[in-house]
Amino acid sequence: MAEATVNTSAAPAAATGARAHEPSFVYLVKDALATGAIALALAFPLVGFRTVDRGSTTIIETRFGQMFLGVAVIALGRFAFSLIDAGYARAILAGSGVLSVAWLLLVAVDPGGAAIFPLGWMSWMLVVSVALRAAYVSWGDRSEARGDAVSPGDRVAATVQRLAVFFGPVLLLFAIAMPLLPMADQRWVDLGILVLTYVMLGWGLNVVVGLAGLLDLGYVAFYAVGAYSYAIIAKTFGLNFWEALPMAGGLAAMFGVLLGFPVLRLRGDYLAIVTLGFGEIVRVVLLNWNELSNGPKGIGEIPRPSFFGMPFTPAPPQGVTSFHQWFSAHLWEIGFSPIQRAVYLYYIILLLALLTNIFTLRIRKLPIGRAWEALREDEIACRALGINPTNTKLTAFAIGAMFGGFAGSFFATRQGFISPESFNFIESAIILAIVVLGGMGSQIGVVIASIVLIGGPEWFRDLESYRMLAFGGLMVLIMIWRPQGLLAFREPTILLKPKAGPP
Amino acid sequence: MLQVQGVHTFYGRIEALRGVDIDVKEGEIVALIGANGAGKSTLLMTICGSPRAAEGRVVFDGQDITRRPTHEIMRSGIAHAPEGRRIFPRMTVLENLQMGALAAKPEHFNEDMERVFGLFPILKSRQGQRGGTLSGGEQQMLAIARALMSRPRLLLLDEPSLGLAPMIVKHIFQIIRDINRATRATIFLVEQNAFHALKLAHRGYVMVNGKITMAGTGQELLANREVRAAYLEGGH
Ligand SMILES: Nc1ncnc2c1ncn2[C@@H]1O[C@H](COP(=O)(O)OP(=O)(O)OP(=O)(O)O)[C@@H](O)[C@H]1O
Ligand SMILES: [Mg+2]
Repeated sequence: MAEATVNTSAAPAAATGARAHEPSFVYLVKDALATGAIALALAFPLVGFRTVDRGSTTIIETRFGQMFLGVAVIALGRFAFSLIDAGYARAILAGSGVLSVAWLLLVAVDPGGAAIFPLGWMSWMLVVSVALRAAYVSWGDRSEARGDAVSPGDRVAATVQRLAVFFGPVLLLFAIAMPLLPMADQRWVDLGILVLTYVMLGWGLNVVVGLAGLLDLGYVAFYAVGAYSYAIIAKTFGLNFWEALPMAGGLAAMFGVLLGFPVLRLRGDYLAIVTLGFGEIVRVVLLNWNELSNGPKGIGEIPRPSFFGMPFTPAPPQGVTSFHQWFSAHLWEIGFSPIQRAVYLYYIILLLALLTNIFTLRIRKLPIGRAWEALREDEIACRALGINPTNTKLTAFAIGAMFGGFAGSFFATRQGFISPESFNFIESAIILAIVVLGGMGSQIGVVIASIVLIGGPEWFRDLESYRMLAFGGLMVLIMIWRPQGLLAFREPTILLKPKAGPP
Repeated sequence: MLQVQGVHTFYGRIEALRGVDIDVKEGEIVALIGANGAGKSTLLMTICGSPRAAEGRVVFDGQDITRRPTHEIMRSGIAHAPEGRRIFPRMTVLENLQMGALAAKPEHFNEDMERVFGLFPILKSRQGQRGGTLSGGEQQMLAIARALMSRPRLLLLDEPSLGLAPMIVKHIFQIIRDINRATRATIFLVEQNAFHALKLAHRGYVMVNGKITMAGTGQELLANREVRAAYLEGGH
């Protein structure tokens, strides 16, 4: 096979470093300039001006410096990318690699040095992204020349999936031990809670999107329903968290069925649009139905979770033992600290997330779970096999919504205050991004994607206002290298001989 | 066992079936041949209830199933291997078989699996492979095997020879005969490959433009001059 392709014109070129055709520099320069011109046309109104509030008047400031800088970066980046594609990948790799290392060294010598560069850390990230692309092109071409069907990314993903057998428990042990580690301060535990909340939401949405293949852009609606149900039930009936939780989950599941009915016959884009609308409707209703939801002011003083009836407060009312008093009396002496409640919340969300995961792993092996996956693959074949698509879709919506509702209840009890503000479309988008980036249907992928997407912006905090830009850049990079998601490698649910893995 | 009586089926305003009568008896292999667009696939799908017959009746085992929901029909002893195989590409061979077994009792699974592996040994050696990476012939075998997993008394096959090499076609038809002999399953088969289909079948029907124009035993139709001219000339 390899010999047969040598005679085609592309093969020798690929073998000698991918110099597909001699690039005309004039053409590349023109191309880069044209890109810059388009960027300029876009940036002129968007970046070039900004409005500033000066007391009673609004004035317009110009930012042409920043604008030209950005345009220059885009044109240069385009030029670098076309050089890479024209067969100079190695040269660009060397150049950008040296530049980025030099940049790091400079900053290491003088920590304030990053400020010299016009975009701070961003300039480094840009150079690194060029280097990564160059590396990818030179490596990617090589594996093609060898005739490998499976890309290196796929092999890594398959390995990670297989290692998940060991990696999963390690991650779990870390998650259990994390709040007890010496480095775990309030910030760490809070970040852990945040990441775990999104892991749970990701796992819940994974049932709908990953397994059943129903693109749901309004998942935040169920998160909101869960949060408001919990807040209202707990406040009105004086129930505690564990009593109100199943009711909130059940209500969210009912909303899942409610959404499911009208969209039964929709697929793909149309389904996405209707679910998006559903998410907005729920938010707008919450915003306007003052009697129920207290409108934009939101609901406050939501009961905080208590540890078997013991609250986490420094000075509990007469006759009530608070957690730290009980702990001091029975185990060892501790004072009150707000971190105790944070740690408790952390374990609650860990437990809820694990429940979601175990449930999903189990149900994948049951007929209903298999029907979900089959429905994602081929609805007509499903019908021919006696699957009832209506029930199958509705259960997927209901169960996904139920987990969203649980997560919402947790959110409400953790915050103590909720308002429609917290349930914007952007939340749906983030949760969906977690599922898609994780590789639809991959459980461990959701964990990794949550850590990257939720933890990432926190780690990029030093970048200050460029934080979201860096975050967006990271997403673009993932989309370039793993458009199918980080771990899009489906584990079979049934193997006859335990050792006989997929070939 | 299966009677189709005066069935009309519409796609919007297009009348795809215009009064079709078919009778399939227990234990038979019956072939339906016809040109592209004649309505053969539509007939099989109408038997399964989607699309639904606008007029006429479909009777299976003495019961009128014309208005039953598809998923109930498929659980009442009819299996359909639809046109174009339609296996689940991301699922393994074994998982595909499992999906086929949803309509059967779970305790039969191992026995049924051994049975289809006996019919299609190649599938046994490929059981961990993803359906989408099987060859066309293997996919067709998987589609038939998957349909068999529900223990059907009536098996509807839509163009099992579609896109297969002559050697494989022969093999598949041999297996269809084996299925009919071994499991006593009744088989209603739609085919473009009229020669093989009529040679295999006990009886056959010819469909033109949504109507049955001829019926007879396989041998009769094979010998018929019109059939020869329309469906058999130009090699087989
Ligand atoms: N979903 C549909 N919507 C509208 N028209 C359809 C649909 N499916 C089939 N038809 C039309 O119905 C007629 C019969 O189609 P059918 O698929 O039953 O033909 P067929 O005999 O199976 O042909 P082939 O041998 O090519 O598979 C054709 O004219 C086709 O265009
Ligand atoms: Mg057809």
